[in-house]
Amino acid sequence: MAERNIRLRVNGATSEGIAEPRVTLLDFLRDTLRLTGTHMGCEHGICGACTVMFDGAPVRSCLIFAVQAEGHDITTVEGLADEAGELSVLQDCFWETHALQCGYCTPGMLIAAQALLHRNNDPDDDEIRDAISGNLCRCTGYGQIVEAIRLAADRLNQRTNPGDRP
Amino acid sequence: MSGPDQPYRYVSRHRRTKEDRRFIAGQGRYVADINLPDMKHVALVASPHASARILSIDADTALALDGVHAVLTGAQLQAATESIQHGVPAPNIRWYPLAHEAVCYAGEWVAAVVADSRHIAEDAAELVAVRYEERPAVVDPEEAFEAADRLVHPDHGSNILFHRKFVWGAVEDDFAAADNSLSFRVKWGRNSTVPIETFGVVAQWQPGDGLLDIWASIQMPKYSDQIAESLRLAGNQVRVHQDVDVGGSYGVKRGLKHAILAGYLARELGFPVRLIEDRLDNMSGGDAHGPDRIFDMEVAFNGDGTITSMKIRALDDCGAYPGRAPLQLGKPVGSIVGPYRIGSVAYEAISVCTNKTAQVAVRGFGQAPTNFAIETAVDKVARFLDLDRIELRRRNFIRADEFPYTIPSGTAYDSGDYHTVQQKVADLIDYEGLIVRRDAIRDRGGLAGIGISACLEPGGGNAAFEPLFNPSNDTTTWMESCTVKVDRLGDVTVLICTSTAGQGHQTLAATVVGEVLHIDPAEIRVVHSDSLSSLPGNSPVASRMAIMLGGAAHRAAETVRDRLITIAAHSLNRPEATLVYADKSVHAADDPSTGLDWQALVRICHRQYHLMPPGMEPGLQASHTLQVPNGGVMPTEDGRVQMYPCFSFEAHIPLLEIDRGTGKVRIHDYAIAHDCGTVISPSIVKGMLLGGIAHGIGAALYEKFEYDATGQHLTGTFMDYLLPSAHEIPEIKMAEHCTPSPLTTLGQKGAGEAGYMGSAAAIASAVNDALLPIGLEVSALPVKLGILSDLLKDHT
Amino acid sequence: MKAAAFDYTRPRDLPGLLRQLSGSTDAKIIAGGQSLVPMMAMRLVRPALLVDINDVQDLQNITLEDDCVAIGACTRQADAEASEVIRQHLPLLAKALPFVGHDQTRNRGTVGGSLAHADPSAEIVLVAVTLQAELTLARADGERSAATDDFLDGPMTTTLEEDECLTAIRFPRWTEAGRVGVGFHEVSPRAGDFAVVAAAAQLLLDDDGVCRRAAVAVANTTPMPLRLAAVENALVGAAIDQNTARDAAALAGALIDPPSDLHASAAGRRHMARTLIERAILDAAGPAVAGGQTHG
Repeated sequence: MAERNIRLRVNGATSEGIAEPRVTLLDFLRDTLRLTGTHMGCEHGICGACTVMFDGAPVRSCLIFAVQAEGHDITTVEGLADEAGELSVLQDCFWETHALQCGYCTPGMLIAAQALLHRNNDPDDDEIRDAISGNLCRCTGYGQIVEAIRLAADRLNQRTNPGDRP
Repeated sequence: MSGPDQPYRYVSRHRRTKEDRRFIAGQGRYVADINLPDMKHVALVASPHASARILSIDADTALALDGVHAVLTGAQLQAATESIQHGVPAPNIRWYPLAHEAVCYAGEWVAAVVADSRHIAEDAAELVAVRYEERPAVVDPEEAFEAADRLVHPDHGSNILFHRKFVWGAVEDDFAAADNSLSFRVKWGRNSTVPIETFGVVAQWQPGDGLLDIWASIQMPKYSDQIAESLRLAGNQVRVHQDVDVGGSYGVKRGLKHAILAGYLARELGFPVRLIEDRLDNMSGGDAHGPDRIFDMEVAFNGDGTITSMKIRALDDCGAYPGRAPLQLGKPVGSIVGPYRIGSVAYEAISVCTNKTAQVAVRGFGQAPTNFAIETAVDKVARFLDLDRIELRRRNFIRADEFPYTIPSGTAYDSGDYHTVQQKVADLIDYEGLIVRRDAIRDRGGLAGIGISACLEPGGGNAAFEPLFNPSNDTTTWMESCTVKVDRLGDVTVLICTSTAGQGHQTLAATVVGEVLHIDPAEIRVVHSDSLSSLPGNSPVASRMAIMLGGAAHRAAETVRDRLITIAAHSLNRPEATLVYADKSVHAADDPSTGLDWQALVRICHRQYHLMPPGMEPGLQASHTLQVPNGGVMPTEDGRVQMYPCFSFEAHIPLLEIDRGTGKVRIHDYAIAHDCGTVISPSIVKGMLLGGIAHGIGAALYEKFEYDATGQHLTGTFMDYLLPSAHEIPEIKMAEHCTPSPLTTLGQKGAGEAGYMGSAAAIASAVNDALLPIGLEVSALPVKLGILSDLLKDHT
Repeated sequence: MKAAAFDYTRPRDLPGLLRQLSGSTDAKIIAGGQSLVPMMAMRLVRPALLVDINDVQDLQNITLEDDCVAIGACTRQADAEASEVIRQHLPLLAKALPFVGHDQTRNRGTVGGSLAHADPSAEIVLVAVTLQAELTLARADGERSAATDDFLDGPMTTTLEEDECLTAIRFPRWTEAGRVGVGFHEVSPRAGDFAVVAAAAQLLLDDDGVCRRAAVAVANTTPMPLRLAAVENALVGAAIDQNTARDAAALAGALIDPPSDLHASAAGRRHMARTLIERAILDAAGPAVAGGQTHG
């Protein structure tokens, strides 16, 4: 019940803050560490807006208590770019295809898509849709999101002909 | 969606959406990101009962908890504020953010706790002890309509919020003269567009200025005014910050009760107050449910397929409080015959209240359900006559040479070419080949169906249906403003007067201004003024912003351009008619080397008053407030009215299969052809279309707010209210067509509701096509898994 | 939706974990949290002490044993999905795991957590019932074994004692001569949702394609997943084809009593159950037999 100090790595740097055990990783990132890029949509593990990388794997941060994350490695949307202000290939592709409108699901979507490309940098459409199936979007109907991930795969594989896609 | 032979530099050309840049970096600024010093947090105490008297509220234990600052009840709030306005006359239905004396739906807010954190506020909310005396609830809308007892609001005298029958044309004669008629009932289930971000508001009272600052996830017209009225403040004592990013709205983020509650608390308690709905608050207590409608339809037609008349009775279950929701029966008046040359229509619109969560404006404002009912009628006529459903539509479409076309209810459709768009989608999906594919599935023993829908998307908005529903509300103004300013350094800033929920208004405005001034939109800054520094606007509702903001921005930019020509004419001592504005400079048409470049012109405006034409204002800026085209005329006594000015059109063709063994639906293919006149931002329009189709698929197959017989809400979380994921939405093929509107600055029409207008109708059409060979039919949406498995269980 | 306050401890090893449990009367174990945390967020569950077992390495392993595959209770569903041992030796579990939620949930959710939560729609629970997994339950003063059927006590209820922790699940392997085939089918409103109905089948076929052993179970047509003895008996000794599969699946009707809820009616579930059982049997019988099947 008492607040405690929580120390973890976030976006490659050591971060710490004070929170009660019941504070979720999502709330800790947003309210304590002031990394507001990760968003809250449902708080019961369905919408995926809260998705972050936990030791390299995408998870729902609303379903992890911050104390549980102590000692672990978290990546949020703020940590996706290579250098401060520089967009990753995937982020740039999201911009190119307009893979977002209101931007609320976007950070979680980027994490899920980035995780896919880490483990499989040339996914087919079914694999793409499967990888983002845990991230709900109400604006885009997913079409331009799938296009963005395809485009990112093209770029990562230096492919110029969409006909060569898997 | 753009091409090299377009007549525009920027309009209709692919460009990156400005706003996207901050969102992909996680730098959006949503209301939950706002952190003011000393800010307190609200949690709500909600009624577990659908209908009950409140006997007592005991907050002592809650108040004793460390970190709790206040517990507000309805009694205190109602004494200090005005009730929320309705769009229909209902003076005896008093609506406040917190219930007082009686609760009218399960989930209605009864008390608000203010604490140092949301965690503590929720701890305290659990400790607030409310005693209720349950009363019978009325849940069925047809029962509510008939009921003399079990009134949701006894003082209102009935459960009827609105009831009017319109008759346009010789309906009875046309029915008598027709070869055939059909009648049927369909239902549009209660659903909503449910954004991933819930509604939230932060309110701060500045006693020194006598000013209430509001940051909210808002999409609604007249927000600041209505907050001021309810809180008994002057209109200039409320400042709504419209630069808050809104995480999706699609109509539903109205948040009046939230803002009134937070605003009241902020003033009373003296610190900023934050109210962010959690998902439970939102689903049951947010008052953001959508149309819930029973249509009784009759259609008269001849043997050659001509539909001559139609009767529509629409009964809508509005939930416990009307607000503006009943007006969602009125908007469809402006396109009541759809894209068809139907000569007469009777339309009976009924809105009733029940003990359910209140309804709000949902994308299309009642158009999508109405399109579903009309398209079902058209499909049934085709089946009756054994005609192809596309062919039947072709025989009834208004023809391209008939525009502007005035429909029986008095609205003129501006332009269109429905036959060509219908052909485009048929060609895109290879309709004949699709039939072969469908039939091959059937030959294997499967259930497959093709859906057809052809629907209008009215755009532009118009206040003219307010007087239709509330005769004492004689309003016809519906406007939007934009200011274009060029600063001393020669850089352009555009001020818009609305919040944005993903529609890309910054990109829209920059593209239009850039087009007029020949400036790359990437160099144009667009900012959202707050409500005090804004000129009048009506927010991005009614698929209006391309038309209205696009129009206002266009006119403002033209004024700036024309002023530069006047300044150059004065400076060069030449008639204006001999000068041309091009590429940020003004030069003589017959001698391009004679002219003034941008920096020279800006310098004159900002620094060299002695070189300005006499009487001209210094600086370089212009504003324009645009009234909606064709707006400004009150309805006639029999309810004929020019509603929205512009009519986009879409034609859908999906192919789906229903697993006989389980009832599961799989969409195999989906094509749409879409005409929204001149497309200003291709990526944005594409996104609207795809997102709208997804909403429609959700409404057709997955989403429903379910209630039991006692008024308990059964779908209050995302575990039970099912939003489609990337697996449920197929890849969509798209074709476009352009019939420019003669009424707008660039020929643009609305696209904010694209896809949603016809997708649910198309899916319903496909499901019924799939079930036709086994003699089954569905007449209510959504067609959920359980509905189909039940239907199919005896048909293995 | 903030959880009620609780104390938190994260033991480093199994003895430490078991000591915590024996010392508290209102403790709840958190493994993946995918089922538990939503319930805590809705304040349906409010333990005084949350015991986090994610650091107990002894609980995360996948071991091939002579007659079974032993899976530590805290093994991530994602790790189980990626496991070559499971793919080869527990093909039924391998087939079921992709149906469990989404990537994000499987990256945290655990095999044991799903069993301890005992949701009647859960895929892992169905597989445990089908294969009759043996569960190891430990407490500070010792451990015991329980059969899945004895462990599961009803929807969301198990016979796990307050001071016990599920430590391992042993899924039996069928090591007799013959070919093992598996089938797993479920219907859910959306991909990744909990099953409205799910069916699992594992068959042992001899060289002539005759079924020598069968395990067939269905979820969400009875309070907890049920092995369908009559169906299994009809399959053993038979060469499986479309007709035997259909006839065997029809026998399930007498054994089940499905619930009605928002997602499907009782009659609808019966219909789905027959369909899914038949398809699972055909898949298990092998591609040569299942190839002619049409389903959407």
